[in-house]
Amino acid sequence: MIKHVKHGAWWTAIFTVVSLAWIFPIVLVVINSFKKKVYISTSTFSLPIGNAGAGLENYTEGIAKTDFLMSFLWTVVTTVGSVVVILLCTVMCAWWIVRVKSRFSTAIYLVFLLNMIVPFQMVMFPLSKLTDMTGLNTPWGLWLVYLGFGAGLPVFIFTGVVKSIPDEIEEAAMIDGANTFRMFFTIVVPMMRSSIISVAILEIMWIWNDYLLPYLTLDLQQFKTISIAIQYLRGGYGSIDMGAMMACLVLAIIPIVVFFVFCQKYIIQGIAAGAVKG
Amino acid sequence: MISMKGRAIRRWWPVFVFPTLAAFILGFIVPMLEGIYLSFSRFTTVTDAVWVGLKNYRRAVQDPEFLHAFWLTVLFTIVTTVLVNVLAFFVAYMFTKAMKGAKLFRAVFFMPNLIGGIILGYIWQLLLNGILARWNISLTYSAKYGFWGMVILVCWQQIGYMMVIYIAGLQNVPGELMEAAAVDGASSRQTLFGVTLPLMMPSITVCSFLTVTNGFKMFDQNLALTNGAPSNTSELLALNIYRTFYGRIGFEGIGQAKAVIFLIIVAVIAVIQNRITTSKEVQA
Repeated sequence: MIKHVKHGAWWTAIFTVVSLAWIFPIVLVVINSFKKKVYISTSTFSLPIGNAGAGLENYTEGIAKTDFLMSFLWTVVTTVGSVVVILLCTVMCAWWIVRVKSRFSTAIYLVFLLNMIVPFQMVMFPLSKLTDMTGLNTPWGLWLVYLGFGAGLPVFIFTGVVKSIPDEIEEAAMIDGANTFRMFFTIVVPMMRSSIISVAILEIMWIWNDYLLPYLTLDLQQFKTISIAIQYLRGGYGSIDMGAMMACLVLAIIPIVVFFVFCQKYIIQGIAAGAVKG
Repeated sequence: MISMKGRAIRRWWPVFVFPTLAAFILGFIVPMLEGIYLSFSRFTTVTDAVWVGLKNYRRAVQDPEFLHAFWLTVLFTIVTTVLVNVLAFFVAYMFTKAMKGAKLFRAVFFMPNLIGGIILGYIWQLLLNGILARWNISLTYSAKYGFWGMVILVCWQQIGYMMVIYIAGLQNVPGELMEAAAVDGASSRQTLFGVTLPLMMPSITVCSFLTVTNGFKMFDQNLALTNGAPSNTSELLALNIYRTFYGRIGFEGIGQAKAVIFLIIVAVIAVIQNRITTSKEVQA
């Protein structure tokens, strides 16, 4: 680390101003969420005082219009379930690929690599028909869809980690009589702990915010995620209920801020680790 | 030769590999192969496909809106890649030096990229339309506003992410090298360009790769901010493909052909960029 060059107080001052500007867009949304609809587009930068103030009206209306609480619940179910399934399955898969060196395992690995660069538009139409036909158009059906379409990156990262774990530890455990599963879950998995957390963070960020995949695959009559619910507010021909929109944006940002505050350390580590290996 | 352990593990493949592989075949391999086949067909659902050869591709490359979206995306990718990386590197460089409040600033810069693309689009729609209202115009007045609106949005979103990667890279540059350069009389600018930057090539490779692919795949933000308005002139490639599929019945085959072209472009970029940047990497 380089510590011998010190920046003066004026750099701190400059970055204080820039940081305030950086959070301004979010502050602006919060301010506007307490304003009456008509004032949002006509006087965006004024405070919600006097006539313009709407109290919590936008929130009650926004929650009712989008069925926000259900959308929130389905987003949680989709994200948590998918991430758990992805972690469990890809860790096992990556370990097997590395430890069993065969033509079969090398071939699978190469196809997983290809998966990482394929844009979603390539498969969106056949995939959405497939999920309709097979009944995978539910939040728990998406666990499988996300595992399938998103397997490339976690397998790639985990194979890199497994390669750095010496074989001998596992050999010793097996000679001592541990079976494959016990050895895997009590020895291999704990050694991969930090990379598992990193991948979990990357996957949570992806699936929580994903729009197009759930939009095209879910049965929208029954299930909407937060992003889909917000996009639905737009309605046809560009008419937007700005009041409800502002309230829903705030409600969508709150869980993200909470997640960030509690997991900041892991998020930063996860991204740095994912980048070094990716 | 396979060890005793290797043999013991191998027979457990139904547990270790099968779940991922089955999901992978269902969620990726099958739709991917079907997608390639459908790009040579005329269809409205996957079951009524009729082989039409290269016709979809011919019509795709003759579509002026597709070509417009393509060049707009190229321009967008170049502009955002340069801006995001230069600014993120600068911010990371400042924050790795001893500065009061650097930790808090870091958190502030990083926060936006946890927010999803749709939500980001509407946040910036409010702010930018609020500003443009002073001149009685809005984001959808001309493609220029939509384009630069998206550039600003993407900078706001991605600088924090790339900053984290650059900070990790800068912390791995050995301090003795910087000191040696300083002892040899190098100015801080010479140190930056002669020592730090070459050693940072791995991080620069990763970040530029991420920003280029993000630029090409940009969809949610485009959809929420302008939805292509006015008359599809602020539309990027991914949105154009989506609209070809779901905007008009009978154009699904052309949409699928565009998607294959899109895939080829993204794959070529990935290969070229990896070649160029890894050849410039220096061992520390």
